[in-house]
Amino acid sequence: MAKEVAILGVGMHPWGKWGKNFVEYGVKACQDALKDAGVEWKDIQFVSGADTMRNGYPGYVSGATFAQALGWNGARVASSYAACASGATALNTARTQILAGLCDVALVVGADTTPKGFLAPNKGERPDDPDWLRFRLLGATNPTYFGLYARRRMELYGATEKDFARAKVKNANHGLSNPNARYRKAFTEEEVLNSPMVADPLHLFEICATSDGGAAMVISSLEFARKHQIDAVKIASISTVTPTFPNTVIEMPNMSTDSAHTSKLPDAPFRDSIAKAAYEEAGLGPEDMNLAEVYDLSSALELDWYENIGLCKAGEAERLLNDGVTTVGGRVPVNPSGGLACFGEAVPAQAIAQVCELVWHLRGQAGKRQVEGAKAGITANQGLFGHGSSVIVTK
Amino acid sequence: MKEQRPAVEGWFTMDRERPQLLGTRCQACRTFFFPKEEQFCRNPECDGREFEEVPLSNKGRVWSYTEHHYQPPEPYISPDPFVPYTVAAVELAEEKMVILGQLATGVQAKEIEVGTEVQLVLETLYEDDSNDYLVWKWKPTTH
Ligand SMILES: [Zn+2]
Repeated sequence: MAKEVAILGVGMHPWGKWGKNFVEYGVKACQDALKDAGVEWKDIQFVSGADTMRNGYPGYVSGATFAQALGWNGARVASSYAACASGATALNTARTQILAGLCDVALVVGADTTPKGFLAPNKGERPDDPDWLRFRLLGATNPTYFGLYARRRMELYGATEKDFARAKVKNANHGLSNPNARYRKAFTEEEVLNSPMVADPLHLFEICATSDGGAAMVISSLEFARKHQIDAVKIASISTVTPTFPNTVIEMPNMSTDSAHTSKLPDAPFRDSIAKAAYEEAGLGPEDMNLAEVYDLSSALELDWYENIGLCKAGEAERLLNDGVTTVGGRVPVNPSGGLACFGEAVPAQAIAQVCELVWHLRGQAGKRQVEGAKAGITANQGLFGHGSSVIVTK
Repeated sequence: MKEQRPAVEGWFTMDRERPQLLGTRCQACRTFFFPKEEQFCRNPECDGREFEEVPLSNKGRVWSYTEHHYQPPEPYISPDPFVPYTVAAVELAEEKMVILGQLATGVQAKEIEVGTEVQLVLETLYEDDSNDYLVWKWKPTTH
């Protein structure tokens, strides 16, 4: 397993609406990760930032922004943008530097400050921009796409609104004891179903909010880890795959899919292919996973992910949820952190935060939400415009 | 009488009786594209750079749908007060692609399901003093 790297330290700034500059959250997360790792900032050789597009130029050069805030130390730097997958891309950038032998120890960080409400396109008349046109012509918001996926589950597999509400109830319970979660409140099925309808069949409490937050990680070569710390948790694989043509599932922000008229369908649809690549690279399978953190942009989308990461066959996710398999205490808990349901989305930090959560479980440091005996876990998410993101962490 | 103009130029025919979306086809591999692709064929097996404009099938079947109960942000142009609307994803059999569109005015989400046959119609999206700006919508063929 020569392709592993060690995770020496993790840190987060709690998610919320704090009204501060994003740099504040990222620096706090970095300081916690460095402390957790027992590594000095001056010893970091490479800084890998996940970009935010909402915070001006410092957000586009996030790696340098955080390096400057911590005090220029001469480290090499990179900044990555891959929408919701930015954190995994930044992590992969640092990992490949280490695996190539170009550096021994790196800091990975992402943080965001977000506006309220629906994520809307930039202002002004922009009829050549498909992201602008989907709002103008169709009123197709992000929840529109979540509603389409949810309704299709209902009609294809007989899923119910109650099933979706139960995914929210489960995640809300998981997040209750998580100090980094923004929402720490239990919900009943009725409360979820009585919240205002947004994109039928999905209610307000089933759709992820946007949040401020920051997450960071110190990673190193296995050799560096051996010198500084015994038995570090390891990154076994990172998948940052793009789709294979033709991509026949409608995706944000598109108004149409590829045409499958000429080409045969790929072996796996895009979301399935994300985890598949991570499993292949790690030499592991879904049966080896003890927990998962998946991108529950909506309650119903969490169920799609069960199938996309191979926890069950298509159409079986509701049964997995209802049997308690994915609840902490079950065979393979999903979103023990509380997921996006309890965090809301802080785009460049989220994929890093997913990995932080796995690390705490594999170390046995997750407190009341601890998945007992966890030895391996997987994260999965998908960034707009064809960015896959999946990380497998092992003991 | 106001002039009838498309809300977006060149995306559909302005035939009120039997409108069709306008896509392109790669002249080398014959793959369909909507919205029009006119630069690079996206089929990885093909390096085609020549495209012809083609009208797409005006009927398809519902892949999924969702009724919207919250007013979206600009640039959506909402009636005042806001009226819920349904977005349908519709699969075209010949082109083997899914295209989004709102359901025609007066059609309720409960009148359709996955698999319902729908056809393309044109409706006014917004207007000014001298023009109606039209957009495509989907309407059940039995409606
Ligand atoms: Zn072609």
